[in-house]
Amino acid sequence: MESTVLNKTDDRIIQIESPVLNIDKLSVSYGGDKYSIKDVSAGIQKNKITAIMGPSGCGKSTLLRAINRMHELYPETHHKGGITLGDEDIYKINPIELRRKIGMVFQRPNPFPTMSIYDNVIAAYKLNGIKLKRSEKDEIVERSLREVGLWDETKDALHKKGTFLSGGQQQRLCIARALAYTPEVILLDEPTSALDPIATAKIEDLLVKLKKNYTIILVTHNMGQAARISDHSMFMYLGELVEYGKTKKMFTTPKDERTEAYLTGKFG
Amino acid sequence: MNTTNSISNQKLKWRVFNDKLFSIVMMTLAFISAVPLLSILYQLIKKGYKQIRLNFFIEVAPDTMEAMMAKVNHEIIPGGIANGIVGTLVIVGMASLIAIPLGLITGIYLSETSKGKMANIVRFVVDMLQGIPSIVLGVIAYIWIVKPVTSGFSALAGSVALSIMMLPSIIRSTEETLKMIPPTLKEAALSLGVPYYKTVLKVLLPTGMSGISTGIILGISRIAGETAPLMLTALGSSAINLDITQPSSAIPLLVWEFYNDPNLIDLIWGASLILLLIIFLLNIVAKAISKKWKVQY
Repeated sequence: MESTVLNKTDDRIIQIESPVLNIDKLSVSYGGDKYSIKDVSAGIQKNKITAIMGPSGCGKSTLLRAINRMHELYPETHHKGGITLGDEDIYKINPIELRRKIGMVFQRPNPFPTMSIYDNVIAAYKLNGIKLKRSEKDEIVERSLREVGLWDETKDALHKKGTFLSGGQQQRLCIARALAYTPEVILLDEPTSALDPIATAKIEDLLVKLKKNYTIILVTHNMGQAARISDHSMFMYLGELVEYGKTKKMFTTPKDERTEAYLTGKFG
Repeated sequence: MNTTNSISNQKLKWRVFNDKLFSIVMMTLAFISAVPLLSILYQLIKKGYKQIRLNFFIEVAPDTMEAMMAKVNHEIIPGGIANGIVGTLVIVGMASLIAIPLGLITGIYLSETSKGKMANIVRFVVDMLQGIPSIVLGVIAYIWIVKPVTSGFSALAGSVALSIMMLPSIIRSTEETLKMIPPTLKEAALSLGVPYYKTVLKVLLPTGMSGISTGIILGISRIAGETAPLMLTALGSSAINLDITQPSSAIPLLVWEFYNDPNLIDLIWGASLILLLIIFLLNIVAKAISKKWKVQY
C-alpha cells in the first residue's frame, strides 16, 4: 500500500515548489470508517487556477471544503493527515480565522437576501462587527465590485437588494463578497453550474483575471471549463487523487487510464 | 381524424362540464365555511354598535346599579371597558415579553438541531404543551405565581399562564421558518469567517423575520381572547390597574362578568366586538408583515 502511494506520487502527481497550500496525506470521513477522500497529497501553486475534476461523489467537494474546514459543519466528521497554509497548520488555527484567509464561492449564488448589494460586499466586516469608516467601506465596495466587473452595472443601484440581480450578477457579487476580505486563496465549488453560458463565460474570464492577485481552486463538473481556464488539474475518483498535473499535459496525455477514460467521456 | 389519440366531442363536453361543476361546488363550500364568521360579525355589530362610543374605550365598566338605572330609564348603559382593554394590553404584553425570547431561542435550537435526543424530547414536550387545556395552565399559574409569588391574584400570574400558551406557536413557527432558509445562506456566512452565533443572529434570524414575526403575532392573537386561565389568575378588577402584582381585568373576563349580571348583559356584544376587532387587527398586521418582509432568496 505504502509503496503504491509513493509510486503514484512520483509519476502521476506533479510536485509543486513552495506551494501556498499543501495538502498532506489528507483523509476525511463524515463518520465511521468510511472515508470520502483518502490519502490525498497535493501542493497548490500560488496565483494559479487549480481545477478539481471527477465524477459525482468522487470527493472533490469534500476536498475543497476541507481546505477552509467547511466540512466540519457535519458533526461527525474526522480527518487524518493535514493541510498547511503557508507555514500554518490550518487544523490548528481557529476556523473563523482560517475562513477569513480562504474565501469561498458556492454552487448557487447565495447573496444575503436581507442585505443591499453594498452591504453584501462588506458583509464579512458587517457581520463580524468590524467598524469601518464610511470612506473605507465605499472604497472596499468599489474595489471589490470593480474586481468582479460588476461596478459599472451596479454603481447606481448599490442600495438595492442583491437578490434583484440576475443569476450571473449574483454569482459575481458573491465573488466580490469573498474578495472584500482580501483572502489569500479563493475556493469555488462549481460556481457556474447554475448559470447560463454567457454568465458562465463572464465568470471564467473573471477568474483568469483574478489569478494575478489570488490563488484559485475550482471544483468543476465541466471538463471544458477546466481545460479553458485552469493551469493545473486534479482528477479524483472514488475519493482518491488519481492524477494531478499541468492541465494542458493532462488533457493531451493523461498518465492514468482512469483519467483518460474520464476525459474521453467513458464515464462520469 | 386520429381516432386513437383524440377524444370525441361529446366526451370533451362532458369533461368541461365536470370541470365547471367542480369549481362551482368548491366555491359554494368555501362560501359556506365563511358564513359563521360573517354571521358572528353581523350579530355583534347589530347588537353592540350602540354601546361603542368614545366612553366605551375610556371609561371603566359600570357597576350593576348604574346599569340598572340606565335600563329603567331606557338609556344607553354608561361606562365602558377601559379596565379590560388596559388589562388585556398589560397581561398580553407581559406574556409576550416572557414567551418571545424563550420561544425564539427554543425555535432556533430545534431548527439547528434536527437530530439528537435532547432536541427530540424538547420537540415532543412542545407538542404536548400545545394540547394542554388552557384552564390547566391557569391552575398551574395559580400554584406557581398566585400563591407563592404575588400572594394573591395578579396580572403577572395571568401573563405566565398565557405565555405558556403562546410558547408552542412561537417555537414551531420559528423552527419551521428557519428550516425553510436555504442552508447555503448559513454556509455563505460561515465561509466569511462569521462565528456561528452571529450567523444565526445576524443572517438567519433577519432572513426569517417575516415568518417568525407572523408566528408571534398569531400567537398573541390566540391568547388575547383566552378567558379560563385568567379566571384563576388575574381574576378581574373594576378599576384600571397597571400594577402587575395586583388583580387585573381583561376584555374576555369582562365579557364573562357581563354575562353573569342580568343588568350588564347587554354589554357583552360591544365588548366581544372590540375583542374580535383587536384579534382581526393582529391577524391583518401579521398578513401585512409576512407580505412586506418576505425575503426572496
